Amino acid sequence: MTETTTPAKSGVRTVPGAPLLELDGVKMHFKTKGEGFLARRTQWVQAVDGVDLTVGAGETIGLVGESGCGKSTTARLITRLLEPTAGEIRYQGVDIAHMSERQLRPYRREIQLIFQDPYSSLNPRHTVGTIVGTALRTHGMVAKSGELSRVQELLEVVGLNPEHYNRYPHEFSGGQRQRIGIARALAARPKIIVADEPVSALDVSIQAQVMNLLESLRSELGIAFVFIAHDLGVVRHFCDRVAVMYLGRVVEEGPRDALYQKPQHPYTQALLSAVPDIGVVRGVPPKNRIRLVGDVPSPVDPPSGCRFRTRCWKAQDICATEDPALIERAPAQRVACHFAEPPAESILAETA
Amino acid sequence: MSDQTPGAPTTVTRVPRDPSANEEAYLEVNDLQVQFPTADGLVRAVQGLSYSVPLRRTLAIVGESGSGKSVSSMAVLGLHDRKVARITGSIKVGGREVVNMSDKDLEGFRGGDAAMIFQDPQSSLHPYFTVGNQIMESYRAHNNVSKRAAKERAVDMLGRVGIPNPRRRVDQYPHEFSGGMRQRAMIAMALVNDPKLLIADEPTTALDVTVQAQILDLIADLQRDFGSAVVFITHDLGVVAEIADDILVMYAGTAVEHGPVNKILGQPLHPYAWGLLESIPALTGDPQPLHPIPGSPPSLLAVPSGCPFHPRCEFKDRVPDDWCTTLRPDLIPRTADLGRSSRCHLKDPDRIFETEILPRLP
Repeated sequence: MTETTTPAKSGVRTVPGAPLLELDGVKMHFKTKGEGFLARRTQWVQAVDGVDLTVGAGETIGLVGESGCGKSTTARLITRLLEPTAGEIRYQGVDIAHMSERQLRPYRREIQLIFQDPYSSLNPRHTVGTIVGTALRTHGMVAKSGELSRVQELLEVVGLNPEHYNRYPHEFSGGQRQRIGIARALAARPKIIVADEPVSALDVSIQAQVMNLLESLRSELGIAFVFIAHDLGVVRHFCDRVAVMYLGRVVEEGPRDALYQKPQHPYTQALLSAVPDIGVVRGVPPKNRIRLVGDVPSPVDPPSGCRFRTRCWKAQDICATEDPALIERAPAQRVACHFAEPPAESILAETA
Repeated sequence: MSDQTPGAPTTVTRVPRDPSANEEAYLEVNDLQVQFPTADGLVRAVQGLSYSVPLRRTLAIVGESGSGKSVSSMAVLGLHDRKVARITGSIKVGGREVVNMSDKDLEGFRGGDAAMIFQDPQSSLHPYFTVGNQIMESYRAHNNVSKRAAKERAVDMLGRVGIPNPRRRVDQYPHEFSGGMRQRAMIAMALVNDPKLLIADEPTTALDVTVQAQILDLIADLQRDFGSAVVFITHDLGVVAEIADDILVMYAGTAVEHGPVNKILGQPLHPYAWGLLESIPALTGDPQPLHPIPGSPPSLLAVPSGCPFHPRCEFKDRVPDDWCTTLRPDLIPRTADLGRSSRCHLKDPDRIFETEILPRLP
């Protein structure tokens, strides 16, 4: 594929017509030591085990799932903070999965990351001007003389007072710090931002402010987002398409409305039905809930066949022997389940 | 909750509880003030908070970080260091005054009549002792029983909170439990002495939704069995809608709205509560633009004059004579709606909610 690439001015090679970002069978297995008398045997934590995902230019993809499902690891793979153990990560058609740090440089500029914790992701000894300015300098975005004015411009874009460039992170509240992190990501003029739980550490009223900011960045700057969150309401609000992960794999993926209204994978159904619903008090009848029992199995030794089968009420013999492929069950909606079907009645209570 | 056969789904329909039952208060908080003198000045964490909770009822305390929801609840259990915190007002639990209780009495009271579940089970369980040991310690502190009997009790409690294979689990250490199981173990520890008052401080915030749903069911089940009064601290209005009978909305150390949950969430009358509802993205319907509250919560070192919410309030212009900036509103009971009160100068909040807020909600 690489022979059709055309070198661009930025140093980023592209394949014409290729989607912005493609993950193809991406795996990330971490080496670990067993316990007790197994201590000498090496084991592998299969954090991400064969993820396929496509993100078009300007598109927003939501990645949902519970802790340990591999969504943060996926974020770190896309931004190449980790090198995958298998599979391809293609950025505009070019595989960046195993590029050296030097080769990656131009790509790092175009793929930026926003972190969850606005407290630990900013250096407490640097002023906001330095934090955002470093991103500008590293990627050679502006001449030295124009740095300050660009920093101030960015602070204004994210809704901070541009005069505050010489303040330190501790002088800002949680929501404001998250805005600083966003300004830093924007400094590189990225084409895609991977946002790993960008609002989950914030209070409800502040969370909505930051959501609206991200929303306006998306519509005004046309940046594509991979938006990782465990809050299904937040993901629905922000994303065009949603992928549900369970134990290192994507189990269902599709357009937002299809996924929320007609989820086909049992896990997606259980996940949606577990969300507490404020509609109960507004006269919406209480919904029937699916309660999963037990815990997510260990990614060191995942179940054979379908990984959800140990907690699934539809599980048959075939689920233990045959790994279900992610196949299209409805227009643009792909499901990895032998018994995929839309729920008999809507999982989410309809507000009349 | 005890049938843990893998693969069997349980379909639960939660029925809203009867709000009409009116009983005598078990927990009664009256004009509670909690202040912390610091080098920067006096932190007014809680200012004049009053509420009550009868047995078998659940009160949800809702608010953002720094609203005083945790500080006030810790005061109920006498958990503040008296050298650091200045506490005035009255807290009565089952008729006993907690505010000036001696340390010795507090020891018998905490973990006995009243218990608390914390947000983070990782840091609330001691990593060096087995889970069983920690439950036994709590039981033996309040009951004169043998180790063997205490262990039986621990196994029994672990079973009741839905931990599979409790006889084996009782001898394991916290790190051998998953997050959801640790939270269950902590609930077992809190309930081991059949407390009549249970304070749950964000007990599900650190958990995944499917586990959260299990824990909420568990707390509701146990409340029914034990008949306790429950104070549930949270910032998640969805959780409140599912578990609580009454709700108390806190802002900057005071209650701004208080009443039955269906009324407060169905037709809130305080602009802060409106802002909260408009900040939550919905799971159904057409996605509406969010309408967040501008600004951020005030510092408790310098609480704004007048109504503490006025710097963020969109509606302060509709109140005459700068009342909002100069005059602190009282928490006034509403004559039309029994049992609810709100702290706002607005004359016609019902109409504003109906005509301006409701159409914006999903």
